[in-house]
Amino acid sequence: MKKKIRVLIAKPGLDGHDRGAKVIARALRDAGMEVIYTGLRQTPEMIAETALQEDVDVVGLSILSGAHNALLPRVVQLLREQGLDDVLVIAGGIIPDEDVPALKEAGIAAVFGPGTITDEIVSFIEEHVRGDEAG
Amino acid sequence: MMKLVEQALTGDRRALARLITLVENNGAEAHEALSTLYPHTGRAHIVGVTGAPGTGKSTLVNELAKAYRAQGATVGIVAVDPTSPFSGGALLGDRVRMRDLFGDPGVFIRSMASRGSLGGLARATADVVQVLDAVGYDVILVETVGAGQSEVEIARTAHTTLVVEAPGLGDEVQALKAGVLEIADILVVNKADREGAIHTVRALQMMLDLGQPQVTMHHGQAMEVAGLVGLADDGWKPPICQTVATSGQGVPELMDCIADHRAYLRESGEWERRERLRAAAQLENLLRERLIAHLLDQIGQERLNEIIARVVRREVDPHSAVEALLRQVDSP
Ligand SMILES: Nc1nc2c(ncn2[C@@H]2O[C@H](COP(=O)(O)OP(=O)(O)O)[C@@H](O)[C@H]2O)c(=O)[nH]1
Ligand SMILES: [Mg+2]
Repeated sequence: MKKKIRVLIAKPGLDGHDRGAKVIARALRDAGMEVIYTGLRQTPEMIAETALQEDVDVVGLSILSGAHNALLPRVVQLLREQGLDDVLVIAGGIIPDEDVPALKEAGIAAVFGPGTITDEIVSFIEEHVRGDEAG
Repeated sequence: MMKLVEQALTGDRRALARLITLVENNGAEAHEALSTLYPHTGRAHIVGVTGAPGTGKSTLVNELAKAYRAQGATVGIVAVDPTSPFSGGALLGDRVRMRDLFGDPGVFIRSMASRGSLGGLARATADVVQVLDAVGYDVILVETVGAGQSEVEIARTAHTTLVVEAPGLGDEVQALKAGVLEIADILVVNKADREGAIHTVRALQMMLDLGQPQVTMHHGQAMEVAGLVGLADDGWKPPICQTVATSGQGVPELMDCIADHRAYLRESGEWERRERLRAAAQLENLLRERLIAHLLDQIGQERLNEIIARVVRREVDPHSAVEALLRQVDSP
């Protein structure tokens, strides 16, 4: 049996709805992944601690609030500080194109815009997590 | 891997998390890790929390963990949610209700998907609980969704089992339907702030007063030796506690009930009996898993398919087919 991919779907920031995050969470479940869902208004510290305890392969950050330039790199930084170097961090939500290069620089592996079909996210995760495991 | 065990034993949380993954995936390394950890186990008080979805189990676990922390005990939490039978994936959302516990180094929460078989879940849960026990958590809270037989299996890994009910989830008491009342050491009527809570309490009280039908286990010998749990015990009558998990109301009284049950287990010798029961159930589970794998391996898929086809064609009956297969393989 293949090892199950474990994903944390988290919503950093203060914006008040998580419909998008829940859609992604369900899509990943339907693709056979184990998805840990933590609800609204997670601080970067909470996200990093949860990722550690749950030993996830992937952290998916859903953000609408516009604070992505501060929050997303902070999550990556905290993960790395805890030795979670191999965790794949991806982001989705409303993130302007011009911010993407800096986020990638900061360690976000991929940014998925509002129009992304969930299959694309599933393939990206499968490719990158499975790819790592061969090594 | 041994380094992982060592690090986990010295309190490294990352190592602990990775060790749990290893154990959950049940490889050869997992067995080695578990045997190294085993001498360190046996100290924790394992409390099972089970009941229908939405009764407030996660919210209650959050409150119980806070109460234990206030007493200075460290708390490990294992929250099990069902795996989707269609995709093999799972949505694990219990942490949403456990936010209060964030930032406390004395708490470790792990979400688990039920994955494969019944016996498999009981095995994995028991193993993960053992890891948390070994690294020194004083209390381990195990949340599972009430679904009948799986609760009975998991209750065997707990010292104290809470069955959680709530009013307004239909007119019948859920545990009665699922047949999990028998495993309750303590009955919790949560959402006591809701209308109808008193009816739920009365319904449960009536069941208790009437006395319980005996639990029959459809298992092998080990189960028979192990005997009955919960209500079938002499000398312990499950109390009914009312709680409002969202406000914490009734939680101190529930903590007292759990402490009373623990004291009862210790004083009555029931603790040892349950340890025996747990060991028996665990051994049986492991034996079953291993024996089946071993047998199927020896028989071979081709031969198996062939005999299945013969059974379908009514050339041989299932009992004789099994006899024939067993005669074919060496005893393991
Ligand atoms: N009114 C009321 N709602 C509660 C209580 N306990 C939990 N809830 C709510 O019930 C819902 C389900 O709770 P949860 O802990 O996730 O239940 P679980 O599925 O059994 O783990 C949540 O919306 C909780 O806020 C309670 O004592 N009273
Ligand atoms: Mg729950």
